[in-house]
Amino acid sequence: MTTTTHKPAAPDSRAPSRTARVLADRRLPVLVTAGLFLIMYAIGLSRYQNYGFAETQVFLNLFIDNSYLLVAAVGATFVILSGGIDLSVGSVIGFTTMFTAWLVEKQGLPLVLVIPMALAVGAFGGYLMGYVIQNFEIQPFIVTLAGLFLFRGLCLVISKESISITDSSVSSMAQAQVSVGGGFLSVGAIVSLVVLAAAFYVLHYTRFGRRVYAIGGNEQSALLMGLPQGGTKIAVYTMSGFCSALAGLLFTLYIQSGDPLHATGLELDAIAAVVIGGTLLTGGSGYVVGTLFGVLVLGLIKSLIQFEGTLSSWWTKIATGVLLCAFILIQRTMTSRRRT
Amino acid sequence: MTTTPRWRALTRHHLFWPVAVLVILLLVNVPFTPDFFSVKMTDGHLYGSLVSIVLFGSPLILVAVGMTLVIATGGIDLSVGAVVAITGALTCSYISDQADQDALSGVLLAMAIGLAAAVLCGLWNGFLVARMGIQPIIATLIIMVAGRGVAQLITDGQIITVNSEPYKLIGGGYWLTLPFSIFVVAAVVAVTVALTRRTALGLLVESVGGNAEASRLVGIRSRRIKIMVYVFCALCAGIAGLMISSNTSAADGNNAGLWIELDAILAVVIGGTSLLGGRFSIGGTVVGALVIQTLTTTIYTIGVPTQTNLVFKAAVVIIVCLMQSPKFRAKVFGGGRFGGRRSAERGAAPADAATTPETVRTMEVS
Repeated sequence: MTTTTHKPAAPDSRAPSRTARVLADRRLPVLVTAGLFLIMYAIGLSRYQNYGFAETQVFLNLFIDNSYLLVAAVGATFVILSGGIDLSVGSVIGFTTMFTAWLVEKQGLPLVLVIPMALAVGAFGGYLMGYVIQNFEIQPFIVTLAGLFLFRGLCLVISKESISITDSSVSSMAQAQVSVGGGFLSVGAIVSLVVLAAAFYVLHYTRFGRRVYAIGGNEQSALLMGLPQGGTKIAVYTMSGFCSALAGLLFTLYIQSGDPLHATGLELDAIAAVVIGGTLLTGGSGYVVGTLFGVLVLGLIKSLIQFEGTLSSWWTKIATGVLLCAFILIQRTMTSRRRT
Repeated sequence: MTTTPRWRALTRHHLFWPVAVLVILLLVNVPFTPDFFSVKMTDGHLYGSLVSIVLFGSPLILVAVGMTLVIATGGIDLSVGAVVAITGALTCSYISDQADQDALSGVLLAMAIGLAAAVLCGLWNGFLVARMGIQPIIATLIIMVAGRGVAQLITDGQIITVNSEPYKLIGGGYWLTLPFSIFVVAAVVAVTVALTRRTALGLLVESVGGNAEASRLVGIRSRRIKIMVYVFCALCAGIAGLMISSNTSAADGNNAGLWIELDAILAVVIGGTSLLGGRFSIGGTVVGALVIQTLTTTIYTIGVPTQTNLVFKAAVVIIVCLMQSPKFRAKVFGGGRFGGRRSAERGAAPADAATTPETVRTMEVS
């Protein structure tokens, strides 16, 4: 801008087009989020250096404390990329904690059996929602809203009170540590990173991933090109249900109890993480790596607030809202530029 | 076959199914609570299940009425629950700071401050949706996420209790033997119906919902209409927030109005307003909100464990949505005389034309 005003005659017409190109770059939101994460981390380092913020474990704790959110957000990324939305995430997580705790504690089933059952229930729930969305052309928003009610209700049907898990296999798994360069990661964190890697591969290197982008970009065109749009859509919701159930299992490990009110409203955190990670809410554009950064940014806000000590937890919500707003506006300017 | 034309006209009225569901739900209660319909007069107040359904349903009706207009423009407002919390928090914290909590002027000022904050939230939502062109679900998600934080900030994370007689009136008081909130709801509904059906405003809202761009081209200020409906919706949520906090004499930033946005959307859908916009029914919404409240009450009275409440709600959402889906009707009643004719008729109606993929797409773009 300044160059053009100072030297209007200069053959510098590339400068504005370069800014335009940078703004139209699909990777921009991810880079912005990554940059934001680094800046926030640097602020944390300078402010709380004497309180041990620089320790590797503080950084690794971001992965440990947010492993379930990462898995849920990866599932939400698929749904949002396909142009839909899944509001049932938090409820499915809550239900899974309850279901697992109930089966392990009250029914005495071994964890090895319970895990596949919980995953199957989550995936089946997602499949049903996808089936209704696809075959009866009801908005995803309303169908998954029904899913939210249903799973939260089923939690309460199992039990009104929380069930704490005393099973030794659960606690040993929860306490297992994998040492990583100067610190350690929990089993949950490892699982979440594996899920992230798998999602990255599926989205960017498989036919299915390309279909998800195509449907999110323009459903009509995808349909006209002959893509199996129905199957893909149902698969996306099934995957989201599966991820939510897996996130629920990780949450169970993390918190070692089942509670009917666990993870209330977590779907919003997941959606926020996806948006902050730069995935376009209209679908069709975004990266699963961005989701990782979105989760890390949200997690870092929480740990910065913890280190600050005086700030209260509600600042997390406000900060999340402000970030969400900022990134939505960035997305908006990007899409409007691409259109004109 | 032998149905009279009048009966057929009745069943085709847009309020028929919501009212039928409501009546059936009410009747379900009778075997369990024989005096369900009786209304007693005690201490000059009317008491009875019907009165309490309306009393406890009042905030939901208010929020749902506001939501109806937003949905009619093809939008949605997820922030109403947070607005309920913010309004209650602001009003209660202002009242509790006063030396004399019973002073009418102070209470009125507190309520004005709370409602002003609600209007501000509405303006913000409207600005994002109409000016910035952000999808309504996302635009209102911001306040939904941040709003509860703001409410907790106002109350300092505490539950603020107030002890103010005048303030108690709006949510828990009685007037002319009836709960005062019924009058508030009646007034808001009457004003809304008058504004939307006695003036051209309702038509403009529907036109914006049908096709915002086309409405703008024919000279309707669609942006202004959109901002207006979000402000109205937030104002309704604000009044509901006053009612809820007044009823409990406390402001709880975290739990006040929790999930009310979902209940409100559900009420609108049951009332027959299409989520795609372009058509709305305030009467249907009021009935829809009553259906939800009756469902809650029924679950309590018939002795089903209350925790299954949400499962029932989920079932109702699914059934209502499936019945509204032309594809489902075609599939289930497809060959039958009943479904075939109905879906053919409905298919010709302009409102259902909105479900074709093309119009859905234009809506998303606009």
